[in-house]
Amino acid sequence: MNLHEYQSKELFRRYDLPVMEGRVASSAEEAGVAAQELGGEKWAVKAQVHAGGRGKAGGIKLAKSPQEVIEFTDKMLGKNLVTPQTNADGQPIGKMFIEQATDIQDELYLAIVVDRTTQKIVFMASTEGGMDIEEVAEKHPERIFRTHLDPSAGAQPWQGRQLAFQLGLSQIREFTDLFLNLARMFVELDCSLLEINPLVVTQDGRLCCLDAKVNIDDNALFRQPEIREMRDLTQEDEQEVEAEKFNLNYVALDGNIGCMVNGAGLAMATMDLVQMKGGQPANFLDVGGGATQEAVAQAFKIILSDDQVKTVLINIFGGIVSCLTIAQGILSAIEEVGVAVPVIVRFEGNRAAAGQEYLAQKATEKIDIIVADGLSSAAETAVRISQS
Amino acid sequence: MSILVNQDTRVICQGFTGRQATLHCEQAVAYGTQLVGGVTPGKGGSEHIGLPVFNTVQEAAAKTRADASVIYVPAPYCKDSILEAIAAEISLIVCITEGIPVLDMLTVKAALKSSSSRLVGPNCPGVITPGACKIGIMPGDIHLPGSVGIVSRSGTLTYEAVKQVSDLGLGQSSCVGIGGDPLPGSDFIDILRLFEADGETKAIVLVGEIGGDAEERAAQFIRSSVSKPVVAYIAGATAPSGKRMGHAGAIIAGGKGTAQEKINALKEAGVHTTTSLTGIGDALKTLSL
Repeated sequence: MNLHEYQSKELFRRYDLPVMEGRVASSAEEAGVAAQELGGEKWAVKAQVHAGGRGKAGGIKLAKSPQEVIEFTDKMLGKNLVTPQTNADGQPIGKMFIEQATDIQDELYLAIVVDRTTQKIVFMASTEGGMDIEEVAEKHPERIFRTHLDPSAGAQPWQGRQLAFQLGLSQIREFTDLFLNLARMFVELDCSLLEINPLVVTQDGRLCCLDAKVNIDDNALFRQPEIREMRDLTQEDEQEVEAEKFNLNYVALDGNIGCMVNGAGLAMATMDLVQMKGGQPANFLDVGGGATQEAVAQAFKIILSDDQVKTVLINIFGGIVSCLTIAQGILSAIEEVGVAVPVIVRFEGNRAAAGQEYLAQKATEKIDIIVADGLSSAAETAVRISQS
Repeated sequence: MSILVNQDTRVICQGFTGRQATLHCEQAVAYGTQLVGGVTPGKGGSEHIGLPVFNTVQEAAAKTRADASVIYVPAPYCKDSILEAIAAEISLIVCITEGIPVLDMLTVKAALKSSSSRLVGPNCPGVITPGACKIGIMPGDIHLPGSVGIVSRSGTLTYEAVKQVSDLGLGQSSCVGIGGDPLPGSDFIDILRLFEADGETKAIVLVGEIGGDAEERAAQFIRSSVSKPVVAYIAGATAPSGKRMGHAGAIIAGGKGTAQEKINALKEAGVHTTTSLTGIGDALKTLSL
């Protein structure tokens, strides 16, 4: 789960992490009041969307008067921001964040993730703040410093000091505190990513987290009730949110062949095969191991809400649940939802032949079911229909 | 021979009396697995599906001499269950549950390091040695005792691979689902090492997917330490970047973890790679086993 910058900074404040004073605004009027209340001579006004690259995309402005704050907010609110990290439609801007601006001496980069290779929490710091860190990693790997946390001991002050010296900072104590507090926040809030880009040294020599990106481990949300409340569904794909309600794993793609598969791995394999045969999958969808009638019906509704879809390819490996049972569920779901596009079904495993036979008999003019013999043939049929 | 489990493996189940556990334990017993009891705190002293229930793993292990435990408890309690099994010195722990927080797995991994236990999973179908012992949720009847070792990050993809191998008449020595999480208890290398040492295994099928670098590290290990032929299939060649494809671990992050990188690494290590799921059997045929 992703958080907005303003939410992340609210949490930062709670962990004594240095941030500028800021207010969130849902209208131009609120933005004007925020600027007045914050005081000062200039303000950073930032579009709140779940995507990086906001600055380059025009979603951030340095305003020199409350009037500029109001005007920029008015211009941005309700619009979509398209950045290099969003799709072509961009992300809707529902809130703006107004922050006191500061004079910057130096920009650094700091991030924490769980490193899959070492299986430890790792801090990454770089002197190249404000830049795309993947680019830095490629061109100047020597400018990225790392320290891994011992799983039982946790973050230790020496690790913070070491990073501070490596970064060439003179604020050793300040940085060490920041390091320890970030580590505490990462663990206590079940973060999967915590990124500060940039972490700045201000003109008067203080450290300040100018941006804040926080991702929370979805699997841990059961024990993070407060974070759960911070979820902003307007930033997520509507169909993906709908699918989640029914425990379906769905990812929208650009093609016209709807895919319904039991198992995440098999769903990816199906997608791959469709493309290898020259077609374009409309989605990734794992309907769950048992592929129950209810799940299949919901899956149909979600897949068919995309009007590009010309055919649906169902790929099932019957494990514990027999393909005959799943076939009966599929038929009922087709009738329940009123599926109007051709449905291609491939069964393998538990009573596959019985399932195939059942559906082949039930196919009528109204119910367009094509029972495929094998996965390759199923994919080929789907591609042919999608191109006709 | 086989790896991890055989006809002598004595298995207990944690979360024994739950619905899923009951279903799959009944299936395991029907398959011939030596299931010797289970654990549900508070229900100790009773019987479930004709087997004794214990309050703690310690007690179950002592009374049943179990050497393996399968865990079906809900994700929020899995860390506790795995740590309890480690403390009871269960040598093989198989966790089927999906959805365990990553930070819980960090704790588990650290505990495993200083123990003699091995964890397979979480978020996996389990382990099977055909005709001898089935621990997990895989359908038993698609398997055939034989000479091909299978290791996979995905459940249904394992079944597809198993089916192709059975259809060829080769059968499987053992099949291990290492699971789709970013921090699995055992990785490809752990299992490849066992297959390499197993006299019965003549070839290995590795089923990987996008995300992380487990396949790349496996490729390095195969190059240096595996003499048996390996066939590999990687799912997700067409997956978009930055999107989690069902499994918590299946995500291309920052341009890393693509199928192509993995296929390249495996090819360089002399592995027979296939980009089509239906090609696993064909690739095995060329090995003249």
